[in-house]
This record gives sequence, structure tokens and C-alpha cells, in this order.
Amino acid sequence: MIEVADLTKRYPGRTAVDGISFTVGRGEVVGFLGPNGAGKSTTMRILSSFMPATSGTVRIAGFDVFHQPDEVRRRIGYMPENNPLHIDMRVRDYLKFRARLKGLGIGRSRQRVDRVIEQCGLKDVEKRIIGQLSKGYRQRVGLADALVHEPDLIILDEPTIGLDPHQLRSVRALIKELGRAHTVLLSTHILSEVEMTCSRVLILNQGRILAADRVEDLESRFSQDGRVVAEIEASPEAIREAFRDFPEVSALEVQAAAGAFQRVAFTPTGGEDLRPLVFEQVRQHDWKLRELTRPRLSLEDIFIQLTQKKKGGVS
Amino acid sequence: MGVFLTLVRRELGAAFNALTGYVVVAITLLLAGFGLMDIVERLNSDRTPSPIPEIFFADGIVFWLILILTTPVITMRTFASERALGTYEALMTTPVGEWQVVLAKFTGSLLFYLLSWSPLIGVLVVLRQATHQPQLLDPWAMCGVLTGIACIGSTFLSIGVFASSLTRSQIIAAMTSLLIGIGLWTLSLRFSQADTSGDRLGRLMDHLSVTRHMQDFARGVIDGRALVFHASATLFFLFLTQRVIESRRWK
Repeated sequence: MIEVADLTKRYPGRTAVDGISFTVGRGEVVGFLGPNGAGKSTTMRILSSFMPATSGTVRIAGFDVFHQPDEVRRRIGYMPENNPLHIDMRVRDYLKFRARLKGLGIGRSRQRVDRVIEQCGLKDVEKRIIGQLSKGYRQRVGLADALVHEPDLIILDEPTIGLDPHQLRSVRALIKELGRAHTVLLSTHILSEVEMTCSRVLILNQGRILAADRVEDLESRFSQDGRVVAEIEASPEAIREAFRDFPEVSALEVQAAAGAFQRVAFTPTGGEDLRPLVFEQVRQHDWKLRELTRPRLSLEDIFIQLTQKKKGGVS
Repeated sequence: MGVFLTLVRRELGAAFNALTGYVVVAITLLLAGFGLMDIVERLNSDRTPSPIPEIFFADGIVFWLILILTTPVITMRTFASERALGTYEALMTTPVGEWQVVLAKFTGSLLFYLLSWSPLIGVLVVLRQATHQPQLLDPWAMCGVLTGIACIGSTFLSIGVFASSLTRSQIIAAMTSLLIGIGLWTLSLRFSQADTSGDRLGRLMDHLSVTRHMQDFARGVIDGRALVFHASATLFFLFLTQRVIESRRWK
């Protein structure tokens, strides 16, 4: 659906996007994640053919964004940053106006406006002036606008910014719903949002892609070498003794925890999962066990790690 | 065509939804009222008064005040507010052509401008009824006046649309077009009063003088050169506007 190759955008004195390449397949929901100023909005503006790239190519559904912008625009539903709307218009009139601009005929636009009003839960406010609506409703109007011409691809630039928790929940649910029928690319700097709504994530920092993977794969890739943590009620010596003869365990650390428990961290030699082994040993020694986990880095940790490494200039 | 009309309708709607639309109508009505006072005074004092269109549109400054004050207010919104609100990005990512946008914004402004003049037409009709002197309001002169309002208005509006495309601040847009408008007017005044029998430059400037154009129009003389001048000036500024809009694609 989206093929980006070596995309670069330079502003005078600043490189906003620095040679990024990625592809997004049909039906995927992809999150564009990065701190402010990472180049997310710039990339999205280029994808929606609002402005041209300095170099590199972008193809949407096989059409080049620079040479065939109208073909691209017909296939994209784009919600720009801060969701700009004509606040003096009424919801239904606005959506109709947008549908007509996007090339829908009078009959068809009426049909589609009815459909998106229902889909985005705007039935109660369709006659209200947009300027008087709450932010959550405005966001829905923006989403309805992005959807109204039945685009193949929906691009949303920070769709949930500034919403209260209730609105956040409903807008996220709506996006998830959209993901069933459309390809969606959304940008955000809220990590939990990506975890909740996206199947794949692209992490962007200072105009470069630092990581691109499925959320789960990213988490396991960055999980701390398959380390397993257990809290066992036994003496440290007994624990060390019990695990000494296993080649799978390359190292273990014991720390006193609350009560008579010890917090033990096992590092495997290879990539294997040590949890069954640990449990087996605990059972044989008849110890008490109150925790057995393989800690995984949250997306947040991965993100911080990636973006800090960059700053320190290590990687 | 459908898209163009949709855009024009939106422009007109925005003008009426915003306060500025009513400010424009208020300025026009107020100044037209002053103009009416002036006319009534002249009609009462002069034994052989000149025709009303000449008093109002050629000799007086009321027409110019209305033109110079209202056109920047009408046009300042067109591009600047869309840029400031970000709706410009939403507009330009739909499959709508740049020329379509520019022409629609200009047409919307022109229609609103002509609408804002309509009370004045009423004033003239009332005067014609009240004075019982039909020679004071010759139908041809009225046609000339309407042509003049539309032609000179187009030029000023296209300047305003251009100024609005340059900035995201409506105030800067209005100030820019106001300054260009005042400049055009004062230069025109200066050259239409200058001795035009002499050198070529003087004659050329006389042809370009917008106040001279309006004097002709108010006498019922519709000069083809004036029409061509205003049509080309309008197209020129709309062309510049289109280039500005397009410039984001080569920055």
C-alpha cells in the first residue's frame, strides 16, 4: 500500500527526514512513533502529497505522490496535525462540503455522509456548529472527514492528542474499528496507544527510523536476553547449590526480598526459556514460590533506550 | 465545475458566518450614507447639479473609501485564515486544482463585494424617485457605474487575495492590500489631474489611472482599454497567487 524508498526532506538548515525507507502492506495498522520533531508530520505530509520530498520516492497504491498527486489524494484519507476544521460550519454541511471536494457526486456524497455520521457516532451532533463541539466530537468529525470518500489508506497525524480519558478510549476504539477495513498509518508519541491499536510500529527519531517491527517482536527482541526472575523462599546457598549443575543457567543473582524470600535472576546460556526448569527445581525442593516471570521491556523502555542511545551517539 | 461551485459557496458562507462580512456591509452602508448626505446637499445648493453618478463616483471620495477599506477586509480571510487554522492543508490534500481554489476564492470575494454594494443601488433608485429629475440618473451612466464598481473592484480584490496568500496573518494581509490600494489610488489621482497634453509618459499614466477610469464609467463611457486593463490586472494578481500556492511544491 505504501512504499517509501530513501525519503529525505531538508528544510533550510535542517534535515527533517533523513533517508527513511519502509513499506506498509494492505490492511495493516501501523504506528509512527517518535518524540516531537522526529519527522513524523513531515513524512505524513509528503505521503499525503501536500509537499514534495527533497529526494527519494513514495508510492501509494502504486501511484507516485509527486507525479500523480490527484490519484494519490483520491485514495488517501488524511487528518492533518491538530485536526483542522472549519469551525463555523455545521457537522453535516462540513462533511458534505469535504465529500464534494473529494470528487463525490451529490447523491453519493449524501449517502456517504450518512454512513460516516453513523459510523463515527455523530448522529446527535450533526446539526451543531463544529466550533461548539467538544474536542472528542471534533476528533470524530476529523475521522469522518478522512473516511468520507472511502479511501484505501487512512493517515492520521496524532489523532488522540489532547483528549480526556473517556474520549481517548472512544476515539481509539474507532481507530481500531477502522483498521478492520482500511490500511491505517497513525502517528503518536503516546506509547500505550501504539500497543493498543497498532499491529506494527515504526520508531522515528531525528529523521531516521530506529526500529520497525511488530510490537510483540520488538518487545521480545529487546527483552533482557531471556532473563527469568523468581522469588523463592529458601536460603541463598541452597538456591545456588540447586542450580549449579545445570549448563542452561549461565549465571544467577540472588538478592534478599521482603519476608524470608530471595529474589533470584537467572540468565540462560542460550536463548532458552528457563521457567519450566526453575519451577521443576522449586517443586523438587518443596520451596515456596511467589513469583516466576520473564520480564519484558515495555515499548516505553525500548523507546527510551533507542532514543537515548541516539543522543549519546553510541549506536 | 461542481467542485468549483462548492468552493465558491463555502467562501460566501464563510464571509457571512464571520463577523467581517457584517463589518464590510456596515462600512459600506455608513459611507454610502455620508455620500447620500453629500449628494442631497449638492442637489439643494446647485441650480444645475451634475448627474448623481458623477457626484458620487467621480468627484467624491466616498466610492474610493468604500473600495479601499472593504476590499482588504473581504479578501484578508481567503488564504491567511486557512493557513492559520491549518484547513489549508486539509484543502490542498484533496484532489482539487490550485487554479480552482484561487478562482473560487476570488469569485466568492467578488460576489460578496457586489452584494455589499447592493444597498447603494437602492439609494440611487430612491434618489431618482425623490428628485423627479431623470436626467440626473441616466441609465447608461448607471450601467457604467456598475461596470466600474465590478472592474475596479476585481483589481483591488485580486490584490487582496494575493496579499492573503502571502501570509498566515489576516492583519498583515489586510494591511498589505490596504497599502497597495491606497498607493494605487493616490498615484492615479496625481496622474489623472496632471497635464496630459504633453509627454508620452503622462498620457500613459493617464490611461492607467483608475480614478480616470471611474470618471469615464460614471459618465456612461465604457472604454474598452479600461476593461482590458482591469481584466489583465486581475488575471496578473491571480496568477501571482497561484504561483504562491504552488510554491510549496518547489520549496
